[in-house]
Amino acid sequence: MTRLVLGIFVLLAIAGLWLPQWAMFIMTVAIARGLVVLGLLLLLRCGLVSFGQALFYCLGAYSAGALGRFLGVSDIFVQMLVGGAVAGLAAFVIGFLLARYRGIFFGLLSLALSMILYGLLVKTEALGSTDGFNIPPSTLFGVRPGADWVRYAVMISAAGVAALAALLVHRYLLTPLGRLAPAIKDNEIRVEYMGASARRAVHVKYVIAAVLAGVGGALAATTVGHIDPDMAYWTSSGEFIFIAILAGTGNVLAPFVGALIYGAIHTMAYDLSPHTWQMSLGVALLVLIVFLPQGVWSLAGRLRARRS
Amino acid sequence: MKIVNVTHGSFYAIGAYAAASLTAAWLARGYPPMLSYAVLVVAAILVAAPFAILIERGILRFLYVRDEVVILLVTYALFLILEDVVKLIWGVNPYYIAQPYALLGSFQVAGMAYPTYNLVLVAAAVLFGGGLAWFLHGTRAGKLLLAVIHDPEISRAMGVNVDRFYLATFLLGSLLAALAGAFTAPTVSVVPGLGVDVIVLSFAVVVIGGLGSLPGAALGAVIVGVVRSLSVHYLPQVELFVIYFVMAAVLAVRPRGLFSLAEPRKI
Repeated sequence: MTRLVLGIFVLLAIAGLWLPQWAMFIMTVAIARGLVVLGLLLLLRCGLVSFGQALFYCLGAYSAGALGRFLGVSDIFVQMLVGGAVAGLAAFVIGFLLARYRGIFFGLLSLALSMILYGLLVKTEALGSTDGFNIPPSTLFGVRPGADWVRYAVMISAAGVAALAALLVHRYLLTPLGRLAPAIKDNEIRVEYMGASARRAVHVKYVIAAVLAGVGGALAATTVGHIDPDMAYWTSSGEFIFIAILAGTGNVLAPFVGALIYGAIHTMAYDLSPHTWQMSLGVALLVLIVFLPQGVWSLAGRLRARRS
Repeated sequence: MKIVNVTHGSFYAIGAYAAASLTAAWLARGYPPMLSYAVLVVAAILVAAPFAILIERGILRFLYVRDEVVILLVTYALFLILEDVVKLIWGVNPYYIAQPYALLGSFQVAGMAYPTYNLVLVAAAVLFGGGLAWFLHGTRAGKLLLAVIHDPEISRAMGVNVDRFYLATFLLGSLLAALAGAFTAPTVSVVPGLGVDVIVLSFAVVVIGGLGSLPGAALGAVIVGVVRSLSVHYLPQVELFVIYFVMAAVLAVRPRGLFSLAEPRKI
């Protein structure tokens, strides 16, 4: 796994030298979304669907934005770190409440919480209300890359962080606490009988997922250069779940592949039929759920099965 | 039916659009305005029914075996599709039909004018709620439906035509949503995005009340309505999220909503 991830990272770093600017932009946004979805994957393995992951995505973005705007800190790594930390802290507090819920209630309560943040941001004049605000271009360790190189530098840093995150989550899933996830999905009462605390396991996963979403949000904020409250709106959470379903939960790399495919579908749908892109997305989602219930990643497994 | 149906918002929007456009056409021809209420109802039912049947027979019935959450995602996908279908059929310009609203005039309550139409709406809501409760608990079909919801497999084994119940229930639910849209149409301007607002609100209502509970839904609706009006009146800044705040607070105290039904544990 480590070798595979490193290989992809190096490949991207080399291929990036020839990628056009717009492709790098799509790539970086896909990585940012992939990070959020990686967190969703953790929760999905427990059978929990969070309809409010946008809450932490938006928190991460706004903390990165606030750093840049009020403190003049534009270092991308500091922004990601702070974004993740703020989101993680919020999730730690919320988790005490949320870890008690399962199924539809978990989803709807997390949705409600993200809508509360949306409502707050829309009414906060200091943070630009519905318009949001712009973020200055990012720097790396105090170095400001030339205008042609900003996108490349951001993409590579993003890829590096994503690779690290994917490896860590992969490791985590192999630990006893990580292996509890499918057990919780299967039968929570038996998990409790075995002496494990399902609530604590869910809480930990919820915090990890939030940190990932916060980092993703900070990354998206500095990539796009603008943030607004729509990042916390429920359609934004829906987007992440869409990607998670599209990708499947089979592998920690799946979310990134899924995010890239989503970016492609979204861009193409917007290009081909600007007025009905929602319809195209909906049809794509429906087709995926019906014909590929395990996500795009399951195709890889099927290929391998055929070869052997 | 243990389906969290996001498409409900679309049916609300479809009902509102159908009612608004057809009633506007009716009035433009100079037909008697008093009959426009009937047109509202008929238009919503006629337009929404084919959509509902198509969705249930064409897609949903193949997916009942999947997780609740998967069905939620399916209805979300359908919602995205229908949202654009609505835009394709009716365009993006707002529709206004104020006549049915103005026609009934208003009356005085404690020195304030109150539109009679709203009072009629309240009466209609009570009527529909009561009717539904009577249907579910007082008729044979309703009791059978409760049995089907509780355990489709056993019901099928007892000789109940489960498929037909699923279709009928989905149709009934969708038509109620469309009717709600139709009744609301005269009081607002019908614009794209109508469905989004209403669906998130109604989720808050049913979650507060407890999923699957009729009195819960009624109480939830009253709570949401009152809280929202109070906040608009006293503290307009918080109007957007006060409902979600109430929902979070209720769930924190009663994890399955106010009137939650008992649920068996799986061991």
